[in-house]
Amino acid sequence: MSRRLRQLAIATLSLVSLCGCAGPGKKPQQGVILVGEFLSLTGTTATFGQSTKNGVELAINEANAKGGALGKKMAVIAEDDRSMPEEAANAVQKLINRDHVCAILGEVASSRSLAGAPYCQQARVPMISPSSTNPEVTRKGDYIFRACFTDTFQGEAAARFARNNLKLDRLAILMDVKNDYSKGLATFFRAYIEKSGGKIVAEQSYSEGDKDFRGQLTNIRKAEPDGIFIPGYYTEVALAAKQARELGLDVPLLGGDGWDSSKLMEIGGTAVEGSYISDHYSVDSADPRVRKFVEAYRKRYGETPDALAALGYDAAGILVAAIKRAGTVDGPALRNAIAATRDYRGATGTITLDAERNARKPAVILKLVNGHWKLVTQINPQQPIR
Amino acid sequence: MTGLQKFAQLLVQGIARGSVYSLIALGYTMVYGVLRLINFAHGDVYMVGAFIAYFAITAWHLPFLPALLVSMAGCGLLGVVIERCAYRPLRNQPRLTALITAIGVSLLLEYGGQLVFGASPRKFPTDVLTGPSLRALNAVSDALKAHPGISVSTAQLVIVISSVLLMVALRLFISRTKVGKATQAVAQDRETASLMGIGVDNIIMLTFFIGSALAAAAGVLVALEEPQIDPIMGLMPGVRAFVAAVVGGIGNIPGAMMGGLIMGVAEYLVVGYISSAYRDAIAFGLLIVVLLVRPTGLTGKGMVEKV
Repeated sequence: MSRRLRQLAIATLSLVSLCGCAGPGKKPQQGVILVGEFLSLTGTTATFGQSTKNGVELAINEANAKGGALGKKMAVIAEDDRSMPEEAANAVQKLINRDHVCAILGEVASSRSLAGAPYCQQARVPMISPSSTNPEVTRKGDYIFRACFTDTFQGEAAARFARNNLKLDRLAILMDVKNDYSKGLATFFRAYIEKSGGKIVAEQSYSEGDKDFRGQLTNIRKAEPDGIFIPGYYTEVALAAKQARELGLDVPLLGGDGWDSSKLMEIGGTAVEGSYISDHYSVDSADPRVRKFVEAYRKRYGETPDALAALGYDAAGILVAAIKRAGTVDGPALRNAIAATRDYRGATGTITLDAERNARKPAVILKLVNGHWKLVTQINPQQPIR
Repeated sequence: MTGLQKFAQLLVQGIARGSVYSLIALGYTMVYGVLRLINFAHGDVYMVGAFIAYFAITAWHLPFLPALLVSMAGCGLLGVVIERCAYRPLRNQPRLTALITAIGVSLLLEYGGQLVFGASPRKFPTDVLTGPSLRALNAVSDALKAHPGISVSTAQLVIVISSVLLMVALRLFISRTKVGKATQAVAQDRETASLMGIGVDNIIMLTFFIGSALAAAAGVLVALEEPQIDPIMGLMPGVRAFVAAVVGGIGNIPGAMMGGLIMGVAEYLVVGYISSAYRDAIAFGLLIVVLLVRPTGLTGKGMVEKV
């Protein structure tokens, strides 16, 4: 009997809690435009999410200071995906179904943008990834945009720099085989190196979360390269760089925007000094828009913004401008307004979204000198990005 | 770098890594020896060890060696608490119950760790390896770096030396002291040992203490060389060390040491000559082969299941 009772109690309780979930929930707040963002605030790429969140917040606050959009204030709801693609998919569903946001900003990592994008596309909620560079991301559908260049260009930019400026002929690649960003970047880098008469002498791989790269680096050392391209994220790159130096590999290291984190220097120390990366913007730029952004960011957060903060700022800025032009936050109308973005003047350059919903912008090459990224050169896109 | 130098380099790195696996595997094998229990929480004790040393160095400003000892003692106590709270109440239950509980304790430590320490990786302080006693090791490491076959970092030298010292100490303790012999007796036959006047509960607690302290040492040593620690860092090393213990013959102490070295070297040879993608596949393949060909492990004697 008591068992029966208990079962009944459990059934009642679960029914009540079910109603609690499915019930009124959060209705879209009146008088506020809700924007969602999903990012990695914790986990292996925590600084990506934290910087992006700051950049977005700065842009939204500036917009609100000027009266918001459509006569309403704007608010951002952030969901942490703990640096995991599965969690990214959950976060996006929460933002769409529970919070009823009008648009979504995120993610930094391509793997996680790829996990979230199908839900945005299905629900016709426009998504702008500030900084996912893998070409596949925006191919997920016509509601998916990005505020940055793609790896087709970034890989080529890094390779062009390695060949033309550093005069490197023999290059090795160490890439993350479980990461779409890393694989894509490696592919385009290799393609340009080989096209330009250089040679990829070793190609080694690791998996996200690995901490030991000595076996791979031993192979690379045997191939005697004059440079190593590591298209990964800072968590693994810092350890790989350290171990490369320990094994006596003293050649220059090259990478992409995934290196851009203060954690790289904290963990990598002297091992990453003198390395080169391709990135979205340089904090040293004399451009008044960049100066204004850097000053505002420093004032608010007490630190120098990295490229991910700048792209978060620009992605949010593009969205605010599009909402104003659309005159509504209705999905299809807002999508069309974002797609029509032309010559938006952001912190990372002048942004025009092309027919593939990608931004076409120059890349900068930065060198790590005394723990700071110094601008070396700028590489412009030569042919239109398809 | 010639082919031979590459092989030598992989071998040296594999031995350094393998000695860490040996340290962790010892805990698995000792606990299995006395309780016939696979303590799946063991890899997470390794993680807690790294975190205790992290706080000992950054918050209490201890030098490296005291921090290592604090971490070993702390994890030893943690092991005892785990045994007392999670395993002892189930001692006379079916083995499967204790096994599932071990998985539960493992999850508790991993996710509890994320709650307490946060999910973001932290930088483990490596500038602790600067004392005068380490100058000699630094010099050795620098001298070897020029040699393409046998580059070894100072941290790796510390790892190998500390591991060997700890394993020798354990061996002496088990074979030469009275308590060590009592441990062997409990491993051979718990009931008879208790009839001979051996405090079985105390011996089991001691086994957990020693095994956990060795795992903590492994965690701290690895953190020195890969200075990035997070609450789930114990997962893969724990699994690999478990395989090492089984390959060596679970319940057998020299077997665990040997199994660890085999796993470490095999891992490097696979990455060096095949592909990093097969690193774990080969480890588990090795496990399957050993279990098929010699189910008691490489050093195992044919055991008769006691009824």
